Amino acid sequence: MAVAEEKTSPEKSWHAIVLQTLKRNDIRLVPYVPDRVLTPLIKNLHADPYFTTFATAREEEAVGIVSGAWMGGMRSAVLMQTSGFATLANVLASLAVPYQIPLIMFVSERGTLGEFNYGQSLVCRTMRPVLDSLAMEHHTATRIDEFEFIVDRSIKQAVTTQAPVALILSPLLTGGKVFDK
Amino acid sequence: MSSSPVRNTKVMNRFDLTSRLVAKLKHEEAVIGGIGNTNFDLWAAGHRPQNFYMLGSMGLAFPIALGVALAQPDRRIFALEGDGSLLMQLGSLSTIATLKPKNLTMVVMDNGIYQITGAQPTPGAAVADIVAIAVASGLTNSSWAADEDDFERLIEQSMSTTGPTLIGVRIDDKPGTGTTRRDPVQIRERFMHGMGVREPL
Repeated sequence: MAVAEEKTSPEKSWHAIVLQTLKRNDIRLVPYVPDRVLTPLIKNLHADPYFTTFATAREEEAVGIVSGAWMGGMRSAVLMQTSGFATLANVLASLAVPYQIPLIMFVSERGTLGEFNYGQSLVCRTMRPVLDSLAMEHHTATRIDEFEFIVDRSIKQAVTTQAPVALILSPLLTGGKVFDK
Repeated sequence: MSSSPVRNTKVMNRFDLTSRLVAKLKHEEAVIGGIGNTNFDLWAAGHRPQNFYMLGSMGLAFPIALGVALAQPDRRIFALEGDGSLLMQLGSLSTIATLKPKNLTMVVMDNGIYQITGAQPTPGAAVADIVAIAVASGLTNSSWAADEDDFERLIEQSMSTTGPTLIGVRIDDKPGTGTTRRDPVQIRERFMHGMGVREPL
């Protein structure tokens, strides 16, 4: 029995790592705009009473909420998809960066490695130039064996340096979204 | 045929109403001032460490206030927002209605114009009713203030209600009275002191 379980889950899933690392870093508030790839993470966050998690109408709304929560003493993270990140340039440049808010973003990456929607592939190309133009810390997670290290260290760095961070979840890590799904 | 909403409400003044609100604050309540004139008048009404002033991110006064309200459920949080700003983020009303923070009071300063950019009418000026939008978004405890006394009554009432309150006020086309010092790090750090999250250096 135990052997069979081991075979079906030889290692922790990426979403289990996110959930556990959020918890370990005292991050309780997780607003999101959903994404297909993020579904298991969102489901498990809702199922865990440790977290306050809910959908917002727009990604910048979620950024406003977590900025207020940080200033009130509560740690948070935002979940979104690539196209949602593309709506954030104004709020990053006028709230998160200048006010020095440790905004922690998990971005499910669409638009590359098998994208089937041309618009998604174009919007994906705007993401890293926007992050780089604001000199924002960002990492693209591709390997499960590095993932916990990247998430844990990035959260701690965001909080201690009071600077936003974007953790981009590559299809290499998550499997991504493909046409037949 | 006119589709203009009927508003049997007095046209008031943003600075006067903001001053009336601030005068009622005795328990280190937080106040989030939206972009532009809304936070300029909050600044002019007398700086408090519990005030947060937005220098950008138009439309996010209510979401920021929601975040503070969730982090500090025992503190009353007020948010001041303009009608033009709110039109950018109407979805946030539904989010707030769903979460039902019991400690959040929202005030919409409605002059129907983007005063600060040259007084152009908002797209909703002639047709939209902000309070009706709020009610339809699920914020059932939303109402227009008929006059200054009614505004003060609604503010006081909101402090003891069990859910979020939205108060719409019609205001004139006057610009803000003061100008907030534009130092975002200082604004944020002072506010965190005011919220008891940080000790002063």
